[in-house]
Amino acid sequence: MTFAIETKAIGGRLVGDRFGAAAELVALPVLAVVVALIVFGGFVALFGVNPLDLYGYMYRGAFGTFFSWQNTLTRAAPLILTALCTALPAQLGMVVIGGEGALVMGGLCATAAGLAVLGAPPLIVQLVMAIAGMLAGGLWIAFAGALRHYRGVNETISTLLLNYIAIAILNHLVEGAMRDPASLNKPSSYSIGDQNMIGLIPWLGVHWGILFGVIAAVLAYLLVFHTTFGLGARISGGNLRAAKVVGLPVGKLVLAMCFLGGACAGLAGMVEIAAVQERANANMAAGYGYTGILVAFLARQNPLACIPVAILLGGIGASGGLLQRRLGLPDASVLVLQGIIFIAVLASDTFYGRFKIFQTNSA
Amino acid sequence: MNFDRISRRTLLGGTAAVALAGTLPARIARAADFTVGFIYVGSRDDYGYNQAHAQGAAAVKKMAGVKVTEEENVPETDAVEKTMESMINLDGSTLLFPTSFGYFDPHILRLAPKYPNVRFEHAAGLWVPAMPKNIGSYFGYIDEAQYVNGIVAGRMTKTNKLGFVAAKPIPQVLRNINAFTLAAISVNPKITTQVIFTGDWSMPVKEAEATQSIVNAGADVITMHVDGPKTVVETASRRGAFVCGYHCNQAALAPNNYLTGAEWDWEDLYPKFVTMAMKGETIPNFYRGGYKEGLVKSSPYGAMVPDAVRKEADAAKGALMSGDFVIYKGGLKDNKGNTVIPAGAGLVQTDIKLESMGYLVEGVIGSTS
Repeated sequence: MTFAIETKAIGGRLVGDRFGAAAELVALPVLAVVVALIVFGGFVALFGVNPLDLYGYMYRGAFGTFFSWQNTLTRAAPLILTALCTALPAQLGMVVIGGEGALVMGGLCATAAGLAVLGAPPLIVQLVMAIAGMLAGGLWIAFAGALRHYRGVNETISTLLLNYIAIAILNHLVEGAMRDPASLNKPSSYSIGDQNMIGLIPWLGVHWGILFGVIAAVLAYLLVFHTTFGLGARISGGNLRAAKVVGLPVGKLVLAMCFLGGACAGLAGMVEIAAVQERANANMAAGYGYTGILVAFLARQNPLACIPVAILLGGIGASGGLLQRRLGLPDASVLVLQGIIFIAVLASDTFYGRFKIFQTNSA
Repeated sequence: MNFDRISRRTLLGGTAAVALAGTLPARIARAADFTVGFIYVGSRDDYGYNQAHAQGAAAVKKMAGVKVTEEENVPETDAVEKTMESMINLDGSTLLFPTSFGYFDPHILRLAPKYPNVRFEHAAGLWVPAMPKNIGSYFGYIDEAQYVNGIVAGRMTKTNKLGFVAAKPIPQVLRNINAFTLAAISVNPKITTQVIFTGDWSMPVKEAEATQSIVNAGADVITMHVDGPKTVVETASRRGAFVCGYHCNQAALAPNNYLTGAEWDWEDLYPKFVTMAMKGETIPNFYRGGYKEGLVKSSPYGAMVPDAVRKEADAAKGALMSGDFVIYKGGLKDNKGNTVIPAGAGLVQTDIKLESMGYLVEGVIGSTS
């Protein structure tokens, strides 16, 4: 039961039993989402829409058919990776919101690297692209980590600003040095070529990004909760001074966690190029980085929980189209739902440890 | 440990949710109607690009036996592929209008072979015969309507300075700026057009700043090429400048300052295409046109436009309608002094060279890079 004891020591919560704690960790967010859905139902009822229709279409659009699942998982794929960009540094108590910038830099550098080795066998091109994307995204966020550690710059502000810089660099390059002259009305880089695309998972019809995301999330979970490195990071996040006193290499932890988080978002950028767009252009900045922040917070910064939460948000996105088409709701209604869920989950934080059923006598 | 109590509660909740989902009416569009799907990259009431298409969709909605489904704010990522597939699989659509430029390559090109019985009609894409036959691309020569804007602007300015707020220096946009300026110069050789590029299609804050600074520099007639002209129209009219609209009619936003505007006429085109598709006729894969073909039109003149100016603008429109008027005449110089069209070699609207325009004509203050 070392895990539970650690949790108790670090989190300071009154949890003595890992099953009760786990049940609480699952039940409270689920309850929060249910409450949010009920509130949203009331909201749309004000506009004359039957909430039961709403729930029916949401279910159908997100999970009701095989195609709906494809739609949902396709949308979830980049979100798992960009969520890790926030969730990993969060172990150190950092609030990193630079997933969008890391994704863009990852995609841009992956494209550049892929174009540089275009003649190589596809597997080599893809590997080079993945490494370049992860390096670029990782260094991008590690830079913000370094600013924080060495110069005391607030990482939330710096990563936010780095997003704008990344998008500006992208536009500058695809409209200038990297531009394919044939891309007249949509300035883009040259194509990496059909043969170098990573394609879809055959039996699923969803691109490989979803699998990369799941693997990355599992690895991140093991790293955070089952290694001394992760323990060190969580201790630093819980109490920085104490971590320094016991001799933890806080600086290295900050840089490493930021690098890993950024690398995940960078990989998402590479997948966006190699599975979807074929070429770098402004379409890369589609907001996956920002939705990833939402995913990480809803997952309470737990890397493993990022998977179901990303699927949930992917499902909301997928069903949003059906809500627009069948119920005539504006697209903004999906944003309203996301906002309500976000607030409900954050508010549910205050209920941790308040429900007796989740605790045993040993607490 | 009373863990069992939770699972009971969760179970109850879960059962309720499932039961709820099960009892819902499955109101799914059946193939009885001819279903047409419209997809917009922005909001469909943006007073701009997307609203123009939505007005076309509204015209299709009025047709008998047709069911229209619409989705807005769909990004140019695999999200649009899923939206198109959702319209095909869940709505039974057989004709789609994905209206944003970036939907074409790679998204429509990727889906079309997978759904050979669905027709994809795309605005502005460049269809070539090697591409799937179930794709069509249509677009209007809206620079003709910007030319008419330019006539009115050139006559109405008192400072001889015009302003143009533009998104990106790409051929489509440059063509509009140049047509507007050439028209204004044709009626008033003293004018100049100050252009500011905001860098992207929808940047309300930068658009407002650009409008402010152009007005500060003395311009008194403003036009634009951005996705949603609302910000520019409102900002300019608040500063007392006249406005020429773009994409759709923005007169309601600035009733005292709106001179006229360059509009798409999708209300005319879309019902035509839908009728053809319902009859089983083949829609042309490549379809282009201006005033004459009914793809573009001008907003009604504002009350402040005098009769003489209206007549002059109507004459220009008539010349464009007749089809033998050339906007880009030979001997044309760019604003760096280079001759871009040699004397005697005018470019007619259908000339493919115009699709790769990369310069600003003499009289435009601004730079493409």
